Amino acid sequence: MAVAQENVAPEGRASSPFWTVARRDSLAGFLFIAPQLIGIIVFVLIPLGLVFWYSLHEWNVLANTFTYTGAQNYRMLIEDTNLLEVLGATAIFSAGLVVFNLSLALLLAVLLNQKLAGITIFRTLFFSPVVVSLVAWTIVWGFLLQKNGGINGMLQVFGIEGPNWLREETTAMISVIVVQVFKNVGLNMILFLAALQGVPNELYEAARIDGAPRFKQFRRITLPLISPTILLTSIITIVGSLQVFAQIAVLTQGGPGLSTTVLVYYLYQQAFQFHFFGYGSTLSILLFVIVAVLTFAQWQMRKRIVFYES
Amino acid sequence: MKAELSPRMKVFLYGLMCVLLVPFVFPTWWMVTSSVKPISDIFAFPPQLVPQSYDWTTYQKVFELQPFVQQYWNSAYIAALVTLGTMVVSSMAGYAFARIRFPFANTIFMIVLLGLLIPSEVTIVPLFQMFLKAGMVNTHWPLILVPIFGAPSVFATFVMRQFFVTLPGELEEAARVDGLGRFKIFRKIALPLARPALASVAIFTFLHSWNLFLEPIVFLSSADKFTLPQALTQYTDAYGGPMWNIQLAAATLTALPVLIVFIIAQKQFVEGLAHTGLKG
Repeated sequence: MAVAQENVAPEGRASSPFWTVARRDSLAGFLFIAPQLIGIIVFVLIPLGLVFWYSLHEWNVLANTFTYTGAQNYRMLIEDTNLLEVLGATAIFSAGLVVFNLSLALLLAVLLNQKLAGITIFRTLFFSPVVVSLVAWTIVWGFLLQKNGGINGMLQVFGIEGPNWLREETTAMISVIVVQVFKNVGLNMILFLAALQGVPNELYEAARIDGAPRFKQFRRITLPLISPTILLTSIITIVGSLQVFAQIAVLTQGGPGLSTTVLVYYLYQQAFQFHFFGYGSTLSILLFVIVAVLTFAQWQMRKRIVFYES
Repeated sequence: MKAELSPRMKVFLYGLMCVLLVPFVFPTWWMVTSSVKPISDIFAFPPQLVPQSYDWTTYQKVFELQPFVQQYWNSAYIAALVTLGTMVVSSMAGYAFARIRFPFANTIFMIVLLGLLIPSEVTIVPLFQMFLKAGMVNTHWPLILVPIFGAPSVFATFVMRQFFVTLPGELEEAARVDGLGRFKIFRKIALPLARPALASVAIFTFLHSWNLFLEPIVFLSSADKFTLPQALTQYTDAYGGPMWNIQLAAATLTALPVLIVFIIAQKQFVEGLAHTGLKG
């Protein structure tokens, strides 16, 4: 191939021997990636450096002071009793979300993978919340979950007294998880559906001839073959769950108490409501470390869990 | 799994799917119908699945209480700019990472991929300070520049790269023999073939921008600058409680256009996203 390239008659400025095909390509390559690379440096890497720098300072916005305090914010992190509750809420939220989201997505994908007439209509409807504006979706659910709202109204028709969903600790957490899952489960559903359709039919036929029951076929054939997709969606979903903000802000404002104050919401409160930018930055570093560790751990796990990789 | 299903099984599956559909479909129905109910009917018992009487003044109030047209325009033009900008930036970068050999390409690719690892929430504090220094707080610039060039566009670049990797090299060789330069090969040959990938990039970028919430409430402070998600939460009474019917009317106006476009083009949406799905 290299020979073929050198035989190309150079034209224009390329006639000077300096501008070889390889050199022109290098230049083109750099120019093509320049906007993205500069963007990452300016909007990701420099801010990441800054957030670490801020986290070593006490920053008083009102007095306009910015003093170096070393690890003091990190000591505060350890001594902050609220933070334990916040991390607990974050863990419950993320774990609940991932488990509920992935199992529902898989169930829906298996259903949509059946040979049934009109299945596209169901697919469209299950997917539709993904395109509904997030805050609009959250507002309706907030409305439905009021003490005298639609859900309790329905329950009352059957003689059941519903709880005040968003004002009690357990039900508030369940509510924010459920609202988020129904909003976005369509995405994972589609990814699973694509994976299921990629499983060769012959495998099932062979299993049927061997007399393997459906459930066993699912466990022994389907699950191993779609395991790369399961891993990928679980990484995306966990990282996404750590970023959930709007739903909390609209539905519960982190309450009651701190029961639904997840880390991002706590970070927002500390930095932008109480103007503790130094401590807010320390919380940002904590969030970064958690995301990095989780992603790395799941990536490592792929060797053990993922059956094969395409 | 693909065996013909028995009729009884079919009935069971349809029934199961209809039950499962309720939490996906009912909220949208409830939003639209409640938005036209008079305030007295909104918490009526038993719940009115279909409005018994109509009150269209809620829609009038949506526009009276806030500069809603302006806010709609803000959200729309920001999402459009971000979508276009991301398509340009990510298709160029994705193409270069996939098809051009240049020094340090792999190292640079790893650096760019770091953007996937760093949620924008991590950098929101320094970004706020940077834009404050640049005099761009309470303008739309942070909501436009950061998504196009920063972390949110990295996923798009990754998707485009995965697509361009699959293009056969002969196409480009032929173009090169015809004397086309890199940029022309990209524009005339690679990009037209990348339509499906570009379409899915456009869809998820648009939705991401349309849904942004943390960034607008951090960066914007005056009502005429607000974007829709932020505006929706502002319809509150003197005690800070939500004015439900007006919020729902505004929510309906926000959600329905995208929903309608989706239903018309659902095939492209769903298959496009499944595609990005991460083959490879």
